[in-house]
Amino acid sequence: MSLLRLPLKEIHNRLAKRELSATDLVEESLARIAAVDGKVRAFLTVDEEGAREHAKRLDQVDNPVASFGPLAALPAGIKDNICTEGIKTTCASKLLANYQPIYSATVVEKLAKAGAITIGKTNMDEFAMGSSSENSGFYPVHNPWDLTRVPGGSSGGSAAAVAAEEVYFALGSDTGGSIRQPASFCGIVGLKPTYGLVSRYGLVAFASSLDQIGPLTKSVEDAAYVLQAIAGHDPQDSTSANVEIPDYLSQLTGDIRGLRIAVPREMMGEGIEPGVCEQVQKAINQLEKLGAIIEEVSLPHIEYAVAAYYLLSPAEASSNLARFDGVRYGVRKEGENLIDLYMETRSQGFGDEVKSRIMLGTYALSSGYYDAYYLKAQKVRTLIRQDFERLFAKYDVIVGPTTPCVAYKIGENADSPLTMYLKDILTIPVNLAGLPAISVPCGLSEGMPVGLQVIGKAFDESTVLRVAHAFEQVTERLPQPQIGGIRV
Amino acid sequence: MAISKEQVYHVAQLSRLKLTEEEAEQYTKVLNDVLKFAEKLNELDTENVEPTSHVLSITNVLREDVVQPSIPREKALSNAPDQEDGLFRVPAVFE
Repeated sequence: MSLLRLPLKEIHNRLAKRELSATDLVEESLARIAAVDGKVRAFLTVDEEGAREHAKRLDQVDNPVASFGPLAALPAGIKDNICTEGIKTTCASKLLANYQPIYSATVVEKLAKAGAITIGKTNMDEFAMGSSSENSGFYPVHNPWDLTRVPGGSSGGSAAAVAAEEVYFALGSDTGGSIRQPASFCGIVGLKPTYGLVSRYGLVAFASSLDQIGPLTKSVEDAAYVLQAIAGHDPQDSTSANVEIPDYLSQLTGDIRGLRIAVPREMMGEGIEPGVCEQVQKAINQLEKLGAIIEEVSLPHIEYAVAAYYLLSPAEASSNLARFDGVRYGVRKEGENLIDLYMETRSQGFGDEVKSRIMLGTYALSSGYYDAYYLKAQKVRTLIRQDFERLFAKYDVIVGPTTPCVAYKIGENADSPLTMYLKDILTIPVNLAGLPAISVPCGLSEGMPVGLQVIGKAFDESTVLRVAHAFEQVTERLPQPQIGGIRV
Repeated sequence: MAISKEQVYHVAQLSRLKLTEEEAEQYTKVLNDVLKFAEKLNELDTENVEPTSHVLSITNVLREDVVQPSIPREKALSNAPDQEDGLFRVPAVFE
């Protein structure tokens, strides 16, 4: 059995007894990448040398877990929009193909301090714009369950790398579902924390009022460990919340008796694949058996979330991506004059999806259209937040599916971006309201994984994790994905 | 409200993007699809609704005004496509 499939406690035991070394874990991860990543294409950069050196340093201490903490020696994948000093960070864009950050993101520093080993940078939709990881400027990622299908996006490389056991865990970023949706499509756990809980310093900004970094893992317990390591106030991020960080692990009691769970009818009806509904309903029945109180409710404005999001996020992106002009970093394309240099750099560097969102955002913010589009969307965002506030006055968590469908075929939505946008309906409202939510596997439909989404109150990750963990303990584990028959 | 191909060219110019004729047509279609879909928001009366620009209630985050280390010039220039005398070099702006 792969070392990367061992439960964390078993890894801790073996490390303590010196039956296992950090080097063993890194070599396992690198061997696995060599064996499967030609097919999965989860990685853009693999830092073999850096990972091996880091492992050697860890192997010099008696017990790395005692010295560094529970993530010590674990091979990790980092989404390629999170800055890693000295390791290329491209955001899967040709424009940043040569970019070497001169500092590391706060989350990367925190993981290093916790002893986790960065194996490499994971593939994604360019600048995190997309839901399928087909929009990578380099090559698309393939779903380990079925290589002809997408792994979801935009953190598709992170999700696929964990599902294919190329790393022990990964970090992703979630602006409209980009952690939870690929976690759901790849049969793993993905957590988007409350906006402001995890520092965004060193995360290349897409839509600053929505972006949040979080873990992708094989279990809820692992997600709690990673969250514990990366959460917390950071003076370098002015939108970082100054809140007390609870002990998430101690919340995983398995006890959800008396917990009030809301199930919005909008998340279980029209537009949701029957196979997805069926698995999620089974999960809800199990939560009820565990003693939770289940009630059907309504989120009346959820149907407007996608429209609001696809005005707000491009608007923020059009402003954030103005910095990529070929002057200070990135791949410059020469022009006759400075303006021409900007235009050549951006036109040749950005892919289609990025260009269309920049233009859409520029349009929505331009004089004469600002009120009709941008301001209107901001007001609808308020209505969506209020929908959640009303429910959370009475309920502890909201549950439903993470996505309306299972992973679709590569190329299936290539002709119409809007068709793909509409599939983000169940994850986007959570970002607009800034809430925490997790996706946890809850069975298969058409042989592909289905995710149960648990949404919580702001900064109440504890309850979100507790519910997901309690469910995980009573549900059947998914089989291992076959990776096109090359599973070793 | 539909966006015309001429407007797409204008927005591309504002966004510092060059479009071929074919691209302009393609983006006109894509942008119109999304903008048409966005009209759905007009079903809602938002007359007395405050806009949300941000979910956290924090504003004006300031730190003490004390000198802190900054990035050394050499490091700041390490990704520069072109540089000269410790500065980023670009084509001449003035004749």
